[in-house]
Amino acid sequence: MGRYILRRLLIAIPTIIVISFVVYAILALAPTDPLSQFGADPRVPPEVRANIRHSLGLDDPWPIRYVKWVSALARGDFGISFMSHSSVMDLIVQRLPNTLAVVGVAYVIGVLLAIPIGMVSAVRRYSWFDHISTTFAFVGFSVPTFFTGILLIIVFSINLRWFPFIYDSTLQIHDIGTFLDQVKQSIMPITVLALFDTATIARYTRAEMLEHLPLDYVRTARSKGLLERVVVLRHVLRNSLIPVVTLVALGIPAVFGGAIVTEQIFRVPGIGELLVRSIGDGDTPVVAAILLIFAVLVVLFNLLADVLYAVLDPRIKYT
Amino acid sequence: MAAPAVELNIVPIAMRAPRSLWKDAWWQFRRHRLAMIALVTLIFLMLFTLVGPLVYHTKIDDIDFLLSLKGPSAAHPLGTDDLGRDLLARIMFGGRISIAVGITAVLLAITLGTTVGALAGFFAKLDNPLMRITDLFLSLPVLPLLLVIIYLFRDSLRSAFGPELGIFIMIVGVIGILTWMPVARLVRAQFLSLKQKEFVEAARSIGARDRRIIVRHILPNAISPILVAATIGVGGAILTESTLSFLGLGFPSDVPTWGRILFDARNYLDIAPHWAIFPGLCIFLTVLSINFIGDGLRDALDPRKTS
Repeated sequence: MGRYILRRLLIAIPTIIVISFVVYAILALAPTDPLSQFGADPRVPPEVRANIRHSLGLDDPWPIRYVKWVSALARGDFGISFMSHSSVMDLIVQRLPNTLAVVGVAYVIGVLLAIPIGMVSAVRRYSWFDHISTTFAFVGFSVPTFFTGILLIIVFSINLRWFPFIYDSTLQIHDIGTFLDQVKQSIMPITVLALFDTATIARYTRAEMLEHLPLDYVRTARSKGLLERVVVLRHVLRNSLIPVVTLVALGIPAVFGGAIVTEQIFRVPGIGELLVRSIGDGDTPVVAAILLIFAVLVVLFNLLADVLYAVLDPRIKYT
Repeated sequence: MAAPAVELNIVPIAMRAPRSLWKDAWWQFRRHRLAMIALVTLIFLMLFTLVGPLVYHTKIDDIDFLLSLKGPSAAHPLGTDDLGRDLLARIMFGGRISIAVGITAVLLAITLGTTVGALAGFFAKLDNPLMRITDLFLSLPVLPLLLVIIYLFRDSLRSAFGPELGIFIMIVGVIGILTWMPVARLVRAQFLSLKQKEFVEAARSIGARDRRIIVRHILPNAISPILVAATIGVGGAILTESTLSFLGLGFPSDVPTWGRILFDARNYLDIAPHWAIFPGLCIFLTVLSINFIGDGLRDALDPRKTS
């Protein structure tokens, strides 16, 4: 087991290095100058521009800048933002709680809803519950999150005036009232994301359960005289959940990516919003850092999914 | 009384019309009620965008400030936007682009994925390096990377190919290049199992070359899962395009794709909700239909399910 994890780790490291190189190369080779904002301003004289370039270390050829960037990263230094002149790390750490409060909660809700829904609709296949939940699942992953978000805003913020449609991140929770405000402003973004997550995971859970239900070991369990509840929960569900756990782990990085849209609609000042804004500002250090963090998350959760699969399924040999 | 009914049911097998895979699949597909409804909806939506502008002559860029942000009326069935432009015309025009982006991007992704998957599955030597590259691409954060690439490269492509074609090429290209990986894995798995089959050995023994075996013998047998992946991929690509446009990083405002119309509408939700609802519904209905059709196709092409 230990050797298996070690081997997977050893594959993950070069992957991350190659991705960091690709990310940096795309940013460096882009025809758009990071200083185009200054460049467009005729009041900035060429010498000043050259000085700015020099002070930001943009004079070096890009492979050298890449090496500098990576060696700084290795020391935990993500660099300084061109725009706000504060450390990229601080910017990200500031934004992270907002993203987690919305995206994280939505994902947890999604998983907690999806597994029972998928289970019941597999056990009661072709029942009205199954028809409704499979249709709902289809709708859930076909409707773009920005459209769900806009519909919710039109119905609940504009017509009913129940929830605010701009997320206020300065809100401090210190009593019941402010806590309720926090709940109110989080409901819509969380619903949008949870709808999508629930749909995907429920569909997958149902399919896995359906694969397992006709198998011999299920018949054996029933013929031993076990209660149907025990057969479903202890035997079928546990086995069907192995691939679902993998899917849930693999989905976590995608959730951060998907949050970009939701954060944009509800103006949640999270990581995704920071990324979109930094792209617009040409703030290369922030963009590079966020892209790299997303990529590392993908690689890490892939690794976690593989390890989990190996731990949960004893038939997998650790090679 | 029962005797004649029994006789009617006896039809010699030889007299039945010959059944091909596609006929079987179509027969199976028609029994999937939701997929059939979806197919009709999709055909309707395609006709709406393709034939609609031939019948409905209002221009997409007629500006009339007196009519700005008006709801649906007889003159403008779906209302107008902030510049008083007719939404029905814009949605029909935008639909063409959204659907064209979806189909072209998937063609690119399928071509790339099938090539990589076929090479990796067929030639044992290429398997490991090609799959490493596939895994690497799978680790890329797709949406953030799309945003960055489009933002950084759009000006130079715009000047090279013109504003519309340049952005079209870029969006299609980037979606294609970042989404071929699942197809490659699928095709590789098919090739790994199919190349062990007797018919491949038979083809080889009569002297068929690798190229011919791959293209004429194995690939046609691997087509069903590719077709299902392609169908669902079109929906995914339409969603991706509209997401990019919605974030303001897709097509410019004079090319009103569905996502772009939503992006322009998002600040007027309180006074002109129709502006956002109609294009949103179009995206939703198109993607939903495509997903249902993909599901129906999957069932129809699955030999285990054919009765």
